[in-house]
Amino acid sequence: MAEYTDQSEPAIRVDSLTAGYDGRIILENVSFEIPRGQIVTILGGSGCGKSTLLKHLIGLYPPVSGDISILGRSIVRSSESERRKIMQSFGVAYQSGALFRSLTLAQNVALPMEEFTDLSPEEIQKRVNEKLSLVQLANFGEMLPSDLSGGMIKRGAFARAMALDPAILFFDEPSAGLDPLSSASLDQLILEIRRKTGATIVVVTHELDSIFTIADRAIMLSRETKGIIADGKPADLRDHSGNEFVRKFLNRGRIPAVSQGHTL
Amino acid sequence: MYKRQDTIFVQTGETALLIGQEVLTFITFLGELSSAVWNAIRHPSRIRWKDTFYYMNVCGADGLPITMLICFLSGVIIGYQAAVQLQKYGAETFLPGLVGCTVVRELAPVMVAVIATGRAGSAFAAEIGTMKVSEEVDAMITMGIEPARFLVIPKLIAMITMLPMLTVFGDIAGILGGWAVGIFQLNMPLDVYYQTTVGWVKYKYFLESIFKSMIFAYVITTIGCWRGLRTGSGAVAVGKATTSTVVICILMIVVVDAILACFFNTIFFTR
Repeated sequence: MAEYTDQSEPAIRVDSLTAGYDGRIILENVSFEIPRGQIVTILGGSGCGKSTLLKHLIGLYPPVSGDISILGRSIVRSSESERRKIMQSFGVAYQSGALFRSLTLAQNVALPMEEFTDLSPEEIQKRVNEKLSLVQLANFGEMLPSDLSGGMIKRGAFARAMALDPAILFFDEPSAGLDPLSSASLDQLILEIRRKTGATIVVVTHELDSIFTIADRAIMLSRETKGIIADGKPADLRDHSGNEFVRKFLNRGRIPAVSQGHTL
Repeated sequence: MYKRQDTIFVQTGETALLIGQEVLTFITFLGELSSAVWNAIRHPSRIRWKDTFYYMNVCGADGLPITMLICFLSGVIIGYQAAVQLQKYGAETFLPGLVGCTVVRELAPVMVAVIATGRAGSAFAAEIGTMKVSEEVDAMITMGIEPARFLVIPKLIAMITMLPMLTVFGDIAGILGGWAVGIFQLNMPLDVYYQTTVGWVKYKYFLESIFKSMIFAYVITTIGCWRGLRTGSGAVAVGKATTSTVVICILMIVVVDAILACFFNTIFFTR
């Protein structure tokens, strides 16, 4: 992993990315950098390309044009074996959790270590327990994903994403389908993960509470412009963005009566 | 009129393009699988043996009763139909050879492969398709794990070892079906039926049967897993992947069987 730890390189660099599926362009000429250690949320309305951007960042789809570098290594121009190595430098927690249903929670977390490290079974077990403790699932390791609640599956997915102590974590809609309390608990967990691991965290979400709680920076995409329409601190964008849509989007959770100076 | 012709041409072109793309993805999948097979041979300890034994049980032991029943009944059908015709010419003594050769060389391998398509091939497509829909395959790829090695190799080993065994049991069940007809329809003595069968059905026919079933196992597993990995989004896509697996597998089993029949008859069994 040492070859991926050049501290002068940003965690992620997206350079003139044009992306889409089946001949349809969804993002056009998008460029940005994410420095190490930041928590960045990618947000926007439905169909703006949040998931498309994420799937390109994690190397699932090749871009139409442009480049994506992870810790200084291009995931686009690299060979298949190099891409697999780059992929081991980041972890992904999917919207559905995507835990392997035939494996227990502990086996899910252990799998990347069994595949890519020479650790002894005892050491793997020890690390699995650490990861599960971090996500408050220490006593649930022997359970199958089908026996876990939605929130527990998401936390289990976080633990698996962290299995190889990656420098970057991608979380796709972590709060989707969760009640407000579970969602808030997950936000606190993301902050704790950053505090304990120092990882760069990219979160795709449209949950305003999460954005204002966890994000150092928000990147907002637009379906109309097929690109970035806002990039900055969430509170700054909400209060001072020059784009009315951005202000409306980030203010939509506020109670109108309060914002108009009335009391409840 | 011109517009209708244009539409037909466009549709034909689009269909051809679609088929071409699917063939290309299948060839790519075969390439990935070949690489995974080579790696499995070089590093057998990295094979997921626990999963392999699970699939051996599912594809082999669990499928044995239905396979034997269907092959036995196929033997009965072939035997009965043949007996009726052979009796007309006083050629009943050829029944054991006819049933034995037909069952061992053709019927049992094909019937077992068709049963395996319904039981295992469709299950592979549904299992991998569901994993695709629930992003488990994506998770595997972004973890740097090749789906071909992780998901396909255990199934391939299980099928290539268990299908020949099922076929041998199917061969025996089919011969027993013919024997039942010989005993009860033609009143043929047991030892005569046995001796005639042994005289006609040679060991190399059993080897042909086993070889065919290994090829069928490869065809069913690769097509089932490939269709599973090609599943689109949503539950409907899983159903489509399963259906297409069964249709393509049965078509390919017949095509491959025809090629192998020509191959064996021209190369090995000319006399």
